[in-house]
Amino acid sequence: MTLTQAEKAAVVTIWAKVATQADAIGAESLERLFCSYPATKTYFPHFDLSQGSAQLRGHGSKVMNAIGEAVKHIGDIRGALAKLSELHAYILRVDPVNFKLLSHCILCSVAAHYPTDFTPEVHAAWDKFLSSVSSVLTEKYR
Amino acid sequence: MVHWSAEEKQLIATVWGKVSVEECGAEALARLLIVYPWTQRFFDNFGNLSSPTAIIGNPKVRAHGKKVLTSFGEAIKNLDNIKPTFSKLSELHCEKLHVDPENFRLLGDILIIVLAAHFGRDFTPACQATWQKLVGVVAHALAYKYH
Repeated sequence: MTLTQAEKAAVVTIWAKVATQADAIGAESLERLFCSYPATKTYFPHFDLSQGSAQLRGHGSKVMNAIGEAVKHIGDIRGALAKLSELHAYILRVDPVNFKLLSHCILCSVAAHYPTDFTPEVHAAWDKFLSSVSSVLTEKYR
Repeated sequence: MVHWSAEEKQLIATVWGKVSVEECGAEALARLLIVYPWTQRFFDNFGNLSSPTAIIGNPKVRAHGKKVLTSFGEAIKNLDNIKPTFSKLSELHCEKLHVDPENFRLLGDILIIVLAAHFGRDFTPACQATWQKLVGVVAHALAYKYH
């Protein structure tokens, strides 16, 4: 699944706005994930997952920074996330189904914060982009 | 039978009370066809679906989106009785329409995103969780009579 030039442009444009609130949106996305899909909490037994917790904000930040890297190198997501891909494959081993769930929650957060920018075309581009990121992060699993 | 807490019923009613079934339905179906183009396979007779603009402006898409979301409203009127409410529709989707139930899940998630865009901050994580449960229950009910 490759992104067209138009899709890459759509991703980059919205990212410029999202980046200004990356930490908040990251934390909110995780909050949505843990609320709607409680099973995902099993990967964070060591975390305080209450709303506004420092660990939630910190981890949301981490996730959004990685997405930012993928946006910055949107022509070579595999290269940009190579280390993260290995981390997920050999250490974290998060079941692949969860990437779809988190992607959906990120889309919800972005839609909630930027409704006018989140046109159907932008929605499609972001869905595809996050799908690409998820593929890269799970491609070394086996 | 699915159990709904008082809080869940409240979250559903509050959101639904502010939803324009015609607008949200049209938008949800349009986004489904745009974001997941393979879903267009069920709508060969809808005319021009060649671009996002064409899809959004397509009167058949709007009409069908409204139909679908109106039907969804039946679930909300019958929260304690969703499976029987959709029994005939389930048979229809299996026997006549031949729709893979995965599409119900896709549309449910798209509806959630449309609600998030409409309600912004008011579509809290707790609100989303309740609606994820609802779209999941509806999808399950629509798939229940498949054979």
